[in-house]
Amino acid sequence: MDSDNDNDFLDNVDSGNVSSGDDDDDFAMEVDMPSSTERQLETDDYQYKVLTIDEIVLFQRETIDEVNRVVKLSAHITRILLNHFKWDKEKLLEKYFDSSDDNTEFFKCAHVINPFNKLPEAVQQRQTSRSQCEECEICFSLLPPDSMTGLECGHRFCLNCWREYLTTKIVTEGLGQTISCAAHGCDILVDDVTVTKLVPDARVRVKYQQLITNSFVECNQLLRWCPSVDCTYAVKVPYAESRRVHCKCGHVFCFACGENWHDPVQCRWLKKWIKKCDDDSETSNWIAANTKECPRCSVTIEKDGGCNHMVCKNQNCKHDFCWVCLGPWEPHGSSWYNCNRYDEDEAKAARDAQERLRSSLARYLHYYNRYMNHMQSMKFENKLYASVKQKMEEMQQHNMSWIEVQFLKKAVDILCQCRQTLMYTYVFAYYLKKNNQSQIFEDNQKDLESATETLSEYLERDITSENLADIKQKVQDKYRYCEKRCTVLLKHVHEGYEKDWWDYTE
Amino acid sequence: MLKLFKKSKDKIPKSEIINEPKEPQKPAVSKCGKPLLLDNSRWERRLHKELMSLIKEPPPGVTVDTESVQQNLSEWKINIKGFEGTLYEGEDFQLLFKFNNKYPFDSPEVTFIGSNIPVHPHVYSNGHICLSILTEDWSPALSVQSVCLSIASMLSSCREKKRPPDNTLYVKTCNKNPKKTKWWYHDDSV
Repeated sequence: MDSDNDNDFLDNVDSGNVSSGDDDDDFAMEVDMPSSTERQLETDDYQYKVLTIDEIVLFQRETIDEVNRVVKLSAHITRILLNHFKWDKEKLLEKYFDSSDDNTEFFKCAHVINPFNKLPEAVQQRQTSRSQCEECEICFSLLPPDSMTGLECGHRFCLNCWREYLTTKIVTEGLGQTISCAAHGCDILVDDVTVTKLVPDARVRVKYQQLITNSFVECNQLLRWCPSVDCTYAVKVPYAESRRVHCKCGHVFCFACGENWHDPVQCRWLKKWIKKCDDDSETSNWIAANTKECPRCSVTIEKDGGCNHMVCKNQNCKHDFCWVCLGPWEPHGSSWYNCNRYDEDEAKAARDAQERLRSSLARYLHYYNRYMNHMQSMKFENKLYASVKQKMEEMQQHNMSWIEVQFLKKAVDILCQCRQTLMYTYVFAYYLKKNNQSQIFEDNQKDLESATETLSEYLERDITSENLADIKQKVQDKYRYCEKRCTVLLKHVHEGYEKDWWDYTE
Repeated sequence: MLKLFKKSKDKIPKSEIINEPKEPQKPAVSKCGKPLLLDNSRWERRLHKELMSLIKEPPPGVTVDTESVQQNLSEWKINIKGFEGTLYEGEDFQLLFKFNNKYPFDSPEVTFIGSNIPVHPHVYSNGHICLSILTEDWSPALSVQSVCLSIASMLSSCREKKRPPDNTLYVKTCNKNPKKTKWWYHDDSV
């Protein structure tokens, strides 16, 4: 865990270790290991910010204004243009000035009417003959012109139908920035100002605001919603890449993929891995490796020994067949363990394929079990935090100072950090091809794993006032060792990324 | 080639907490001063008008089964003839239109029914039609008449009578309501 967390923790007890200058603070600083400050330094050049919803909306405004200082269009048009370019203002400006002679294509692609063009004739005509009633093509009512409205494309409908149309799009279909004109085949987009003007219902407007804010964050490469449940913060980064970001809600995740921070494995492998674990392809692999289907009734059969003469157990089938060639048993006569009706090469190929499937399954399960084991243990670690807190309180009643018991909390922090790293090392290792460096990696992994398990064991022991000094020494030594090993392992993997040591199996 | 997959659940937007607009604006008011509210009579009125114009000036080859409509305004049966000079010449088909009370803002549910389902690369043997204006390209400015014309022209431009390639699987697994299918429109040539 990094020092942010420590501060949070300390804040609960102390009013804050920056302003108050008493001795406790000096001790508190000693608790921090040099390696964690080192890690802090590594990320220091990556200045990210956690934004609230209001700050996101403000940031959106600023982006629009910034572009508008250059292109000088109405804000609502700029908003549509920016959305079209996924809020990449450089790209927008580049394309805009690329086409400075003729903007037609530029605006057409973004589904906006070129504001530099004169109004289409249809609109002009309608504007001149404003005195007559118009028919709304949706409700077929004849209405005076002031009950009708439309976008720059000239398709006009009555206010009622517009309101109904926009409400349906927003509430039922969940569209925001991508609602187009109600006319069939017209792809001109409805801007936010028009929506606000035509939709009086506050709830619908709020929903619309949510939708456009959401699309702003999702489109923008420098923003990502915190993936934690019920968290409404978004993280804003200076440039998008796989980085550890820490949301105000406490959740720590990878900016690039949004998963829990998964160092040392890279996003693409983690994604593959999660997919592999999620779909039941492994179940089907097992079935493919271990079973066959009855050639008559297709019931799935697992053969766990015995001769090749199979009698289907399905009472309605009872088919006699040969396990090897799946042909009817009759011509096999009494050659119970030998099927000479099967082409030798084919049989061998089939056996080999089955063998390969089996061994790859076993390999997968090896990594999967260890990955899941650490994940499971991490879940228990939360319980450990609670019990450790209790222990710390008990110890303070046994003549120990507050600062003297902090090592326990620190140890659990490091335990969790090591477990998380270990968990992802198994994903990394699963896709890794063997070479000299992978051997070193595996040694590091093994070493860290055994140290972590020992630390975990120490923390589960009962602590009494008699063995306290001894335990404290052991725990401190162990967590310092774990932390050091964890840093070494990560450094080695990162060095490998830089120097191209790693070969992958897929 | 047409493909389909099930609609995934809409992702819930994260920005749940947004400041309420400062002052709720007055609802839009029509000329005579009545607040404009959605009432059932509005979609009924539109359907009535559409029905009248379909009965009075039907497009060629299209007739409304008035009996079905009299029983229930929200379900229409419409007969459609295969045009002369096309693969469907001399054939009669029947379409079922189902409207919900969001019509015309929500598209009607349109399927072929009866004993004769046209054999066409975009029509499944259960009567479901793969036509973009029936789902995502629907616009409230479209009408029953324009849907009928689109379907008629889809039939007319067909070169070879065959079912969609994934017909068997689709018919086995699809929802009763074709609008529940997420259609992929690949082939605009037929």
